[in-house]
Amino acid sequence: MILIHCPYCDDTRPELEFAYAGEAHIARPLDPSALSDADWERYLFIRANPKGRHNERWRHVHGCGRFFNAVRDTVTDKFELTYKAGEPRK
Amino acid sequence: MSAYRISGLGRVAEAAAVNFTFDGKRYQGRAGDSLASALLANGVLLMGRSFKYHRPRGLLGAGAEEPNALISVDRGGGRFTPNLRATAIELYEGLDARSQNRWPSLQNDLGAINDRLGRFFPAGFYNKTFMWPRSFWEKLYEPAIRRMAGLGDAPTDADPDVYDACYAHCDVLIVGAGPAGIDAALAASASKKKVILIDEQDELGGGALADPTLWPWLAESLKDLAKLTNVTLLPRTTAFGYYHDNFIGAVERLTEHLPDPGHGAREKLWRIRAGEVVLAQGAIERPLVFAGNDVPGVMLASAARTYLNRFGVAVGRNVALMATHDSGWRDAFALARAGVRIAAIVDLRETVDAVLLAEAAELGVRVELGSAVIGVAGRHAVEGIEIARADGSARQQLDCDAVLMAGGWTPSVHLWSHSLGKLEWSEDWGAYLPGKANENVRCLGACGGKWSFGSGVYVGQLPTPKNPATIKAFVDFQNDVTAKDIALAIREGMKSVEHIKRYTTNGMATDQGKTSNLNALQLASAALDRPVQAIGLTTFRPPYTPQTFGALAGHAKDALFQPTRKTPIDPWAEAQGAVFEPVAQWRRARYFPKAGEDMHAAVARECLAVRQSVGIFDASTLGKIEVVGPDAAEFLNRMYTNPWKGLEPGRCRYGLLLREDGFITDDGVSARLAPDRFHLTTTTGGAARVLNMMEDYLQTEWPDLNVWLTSTTEQWAVIAVQGPKAREVIAPLVSGIDLSGDAFPHMAVREGTICGVPTRLFRVSFTGELGFEINVPSAYGRHVWEAVWQAGQAHGIIPYGTETMHVLRAEKGFIIVGQDTDGTVTPYDAGLDWAVGKKKADFVGKRSLARPDIVANGRKQLVGLLTDDPAEVLVEGAQIVEDPNQPIPMKMIGHVTSSYWSASLGRSIAMALVAGGFDRMGDTLHVPMPGRTITAKVVKPMFYDAEGSRLNV
Amino acid sequence: MTRFSAFSLFAKALGGHQSWPELWPDAQPKAEYDAIIVGAGGHGLGAAYYLAKKYGITKVAVIEKGWLGGGNTGRNTTIVRSNYLYDESAHLYDHAVKLWDGLSQDLNFNVMYSKRGVMMLAHNVHDVQSFQRHIHANRLNGVDNEWLTAEQAKEYCPPLDINPNARYPVMGAALQRRGGTARHDSVAWGYARAAAALGVDIIQNCAVTAIRRGPDGAIEGVETERGFIKSKKVGVSAAGNSSVIMQMAGLDFPLESYPLQALVSEPVKPVFPCVVMSNTVHAYISQSDKGELVIGAGTDQYVSYSQRGALHIVEHTLAAICEIFPLFRRMRMLRNWGGIVDVTPDRSPILGKTPVPGLYVNCGWGTGGFKATPGAGDLLAYTMAKDEPHWINAPFNLDRFRNGRLIDEAAAAAVAH
Repeated sequence: MILIHCPYCDDTRPELEFAYAGEAHIARPLDPSALSDADWERYLFIRANPKGRHNERWRHVHGCGRFFNAVRDTVTDKFELTYKAGEPRK
Repeated sequence: MSAYRISGLGRVAEAAAVNFTFDGKRYQGRAGDSLASALLANGVLLMGRSFKYHRPRGLLGAGAEEPNALISVDRGGGRFTPNLRATAIELYEGLDARSQNRWPSLQNDLGAINDRLGRFFPAGFYNKTFMWPRSFWEKLYEPAIRRMAGLGDAPTDADPDVYDACYAHCDVLIVGAGPAGIDAALAASASKKKVILIDEQDELGGGALADPTLWPWLAESLKDLAKLTNVTLLPRTTAFGYYHDNFIGAVERLTEHLPDPGHGAREKLWRIRAGEVVLAQGAIERPLVFAGNDVPGVMLASAARTYLNRFGVAVGRNVALMATHDSGWRDAFALARAGVRIAAIVDLRETVDAVLLAEAAELGVRVELGSAVIGVAGRHAVEGIEIARADGSARQQLDCDAVLMAGGWTPSVHLWSHSLGKLEWSEDWGAYLPGKANENVRCLGACGGKWSFGSGVYVGQLPTPKNPATIKAFVDFQNDVTAKDIALAIREGMKSVEHIKRYTTNGMATDQGKTSNLNALQLASAALDRPVQAIGLTTFRPPYTPQTFGALAGHAKDALFQPTRKTPIDPWAEAQGAVFEPVAQWRRARYFPKAGEDMHAAVARECLAVRQSVGIFDASTLGKIEVVGPDAAEFLNRMYTNPWKGLEPGRCRYGLLLREDGFITDDGVSARLAPDRFHLTTTTGGAARVLNMMEDYLQTEWPDLNVWLTSTTEQWAVIAVQGPKAREVIAPLVSGIDLSGDAFPHMAVREGTICGVPTRLFRVSFTGELGFEINVPSAYGRHVWEAVWQAGQAHGIIPYGTETMHVLRAEKGFIIVGQDTDGTVTPYDAGLDWAVGKKKADFVGKRSLARPDIVANGRKQLVGLLTDDPAEVLVEGAQIVEDPNQPIPMKMIGHVTSSYWSASLGRSIAMALVAGGFDRMGDTLHVPMPGRTITAKVVKPMFYDAEGSRLNV
Repeated sequence: MTRFSAFSLFAKALGGHQSWPELWPDAQPKAEYDAIIVGAGGHGLGAAYYLAKKYGITKVAVIEKGWLGGGNTGRNTTIVRSNYLYDESAHLYDHAVKLWDGLSQDLNFNVMYSKRGVMMLAHNVHDVQSFQRHIHANRLNGVDNEWLTAEQAKEYCPPLDINPNARYPVMGAALQRRGGTARHDSVAWGYARAAAALGVDIIQNCAVTAIRRGPDGAIEGVETERGFIKSKKVGVSAAGNSSVIMQMAGLDFPLESYPLQALVSEPVKPVFPCVVMSNTVHAYISQSDKGELVIGAGTDQYVSYSQRGALHIVEHTLAAICEIFPLFRRMRMLRNWGGIVDVTPDRSPILGKTPVPGLYVNCGWGTGGFKATPGAGDLLAYTMAKDEPHWINAPFNLDRFRNGRLIDEAAAAAVAH
């Protein structure tokens, strides 16, 4: 069970308090109807799924309830850092 | 007391006799004995049969590595446990131990015929045959293979024991309470750190328990540790797995050693998060690979020393040592000093340390250097050995009744490997040692390569003049993998260590290769002529030793498997004899049968009562979310398909929620209580999912919106009162709300009091009848429910359950998300285009509704079905075809989603998803069932009061 | 190829098993092949075998970064079944089940396919409705699947607890008698041996480092640790690593890779006659020929290539097993491991052509790829040989994520209301 640092609580807590929420920095298009089917597919379904450094989202669901972002290595599962939602990609 | 017990030696209590049985025969051991030592003391060498060849087997080791002496223990009352290691069973009064994998008896096992035929069962034999005739595999070959395989019997009764589980946190976790672990614990405790010291044995001390010179130190150290309040000592506890971020799983055995297990927990799962982990797990001695190395009486030299010094048991009277490593010499010397005759020390090395030779001379022990054991006489016990020079010359026989093997030491890097620590090959050890760490962890003592056992040479198989094809020299004792199996695997192209392992099953027995992995690697290295480190190493996986399912399941059993959510009204329903059904995590009353009624009779009665007078229904499980803030309406407008901004306070609206992929995920009626406040409802199973989804959009896509979401599912009890008499029933109880149809129309909400309790009163209907949903604070739910129940008596009120609710809503064509939709249904498919805001520029899922396949013709659409035979109730899930006479595979155009007997209509009704269904109105379709076909007409999914006149009263 | 039989086993035994040939030669890469398969799991080796056997393309290489069969082929719980709901899925998996039957004889290698029956437990009304839908759809598709009452389920699988007061009582079950298990390693070895005998080169310990495309965008070959290998057709069958390989060709994929765990108990004498699955309680169990209870656990929640899962997943799995089979509470877990499963948005595989000419893909099998092994291999081979998908795998194209024609079996299992 990995340990995760919540940037809002500023506390490191076990994974059971958190819910994974997929790849980070995939913003919902402001005007979806203007998108082509291919671009909409990219937003909905295409994922980086890298072997290594991964920008991802977590929610401290059994804590403060906030969504936040993280950089984690998907080979070692170790976190590089976590940061608040809205901050630029790290 | 017994022939092999040596008086004055060991840590067992000479005075305390313990009675036990093995295969029904009575024996006596001593308090402090393991089953293994007690049997040895009684001269019992034969303890088990091997997996494949059913070879007679005795002890190889004295600890967790034991592959041979596997025992079933029956404590009665369903407490039967197979496959326990005799070395890990603490002796207690009345222990009933049984050997395994033999029939009819351990001495005379018919399965041993496999040993004679062994040459026809090499590694991978089952891949090469049993293919003809084809049908014989399942009928004949496989059942036969299965009967021969397996070890002990499975338990046949439910386990009566309970299991405990806990979390623990510490600064330093030390695994292994040998000298290195105890020193580490004392050092860490001095700095006031919180320390946990774990050891798998009943007594702390590890290797020191077999070394009397360390006993004074051990006693002193344990006394010191016991005084420390910041140190937790956990004997009888196995750290079995090392997980991410210094999270260690361990199981403590609480009652296995007690004559009466009592009612307490049998085992306890410790989930430990440690700041630092110190691994001090020691090392395991390696056997040597030579013909006959599995005859009972051939064992690890270190094990013989443990039996001697810890348990006061000699493993034989005339013992030979086969060594390639110094450590075995010292073990032999210890036996010699205790009065055991040493038949010979045979060492493959031409030269050994002069100190060892001098001591052997002093003790008068015969030494044969540059030699190896090439055969063992005896079947159920060692009767002698044959030795030869390494070049095969000078063959000679020696009498002996036990053979010790000293092949060097393998550091126990299991947990280290679980933690993804790197391993490095050590020529000195002939083994892998810990390298670069992946967690905050250190390895101390032998498991870190920081202990001196002396030096040695490491070979795969001892040299022999015999034809290698004719001898059985075992590498993995339990799985009967021989050196020639390894050779065969390599000959057949298995060059990776994982292939060798899987093809031969080497290292896959219950000991997980603790004594066999390194020997197999050495053999592969020799056969492939590549260095060991180029062969690799199979990955160690949890658990370190096998762990009980019950312990890992912990408290999660029966009612605690997953707590059942119950509403405040649940006890009332139970008292009324309701039949319940599990719905998501809740249990809900399904129907309320009267005496003699089955479900269909009860549901028909309940339905008619609601249509004719009034019924009361517990809707408390519906998900509820309070949406508050100046942008609440804007937020809901973006989430739901329909428009929300124009909804007047005091009015309700049906909301339809899509996933971003355009498919329906949830629905519910929601109310606007004030310009900035909404009371949302969701499906019972969808509450948490919907709240999470809304929080996601609110926090990450639209953080500019000023809205707060709060789950209120369990804050409100919801009492639905439905039927033409509903108003009359609740009117006397309500104050502060004008209930008249004009003042309080359908799809409206009012706040007031009921029975003096504040309420949010919804005028809504999932039945098509005049209806109210009374929301009151949960604590008052039962009180208000009973008041309504009393008030309804005069009107013939009945309680109804989910089944009646389903029928009533189906009569009106209302969908249930998850039943009439399945995650591939759009609002248009479900006939809910009226709930999609056409003028809205965007909402969640809108863009997906414009994708090519979603706008294509022929999508499955929700329609009604009326069977030609009104008495025929279609099966939910039944498939629909156009042409019932087509061959299989048939072209199916849809399926029945909901189907009921409608007592109100006196006929069956159904809803179905049918390809192009909206254009098929009036068509006859077919539902092929086994042996017959049902015909049905496509209709609009609205069977009762289509104009809604019953609502607007 | 030395033909395997009881007779050859007997004859070789008399010679001390000294003359068995290698099951497959350790091939060195040639400069060029007619087709390259990336990934020597069961699917990839199967594709190579069928390319050579059925479609006459024998100049084939299978390139594997590790040892063959070492990925999900060697890490799964070996369940074979085809009782899927949607026509597309039922046809796909039943194609595989038909090939499983007789595969041992076809390969002359006993893959120990055992039609022990796969029983899926229903624990609530919603499960019952869902299984009925499966059963009726399967029947009209010619796929066997039958409804059992709780009592019938107990008769078929005696260790089952059907106490109606259980937290999740058994309300019935769907049984596919043709379903069962096979021996996972043997499948990979059997395909490897049979493919090699037809001239396929199996190149292990040779990672693909890049995919080379020509000026027209079409595939030219693959760069590997042992140099460039030319081929106009490359089929990628790399399971959890599919995203990584596809990115080498410049393609982003709708895939995410998750850790999936499984475990076995210590071996015991025969006690469990079939395969039982419970989606509601999350338990998947059978007993191997060796006697081990083979148990499937869940996926961890986050993307990972670590092949390392968390303890709480195992705790939950064993709690579920003990809940349905209380007599296994005293059994012991012997070995627990993890694999990497690649999951698509609709949890159905992608098997077909890609936007890159000459590049074909077989991925996204999630937690259920083993059962499809022969079918996936055959269909990938067909698609590569003909440069167009077979009708069975045509619906499992990449376009569905754009046009919305998803094949969402998991969504059809849906949620409680």
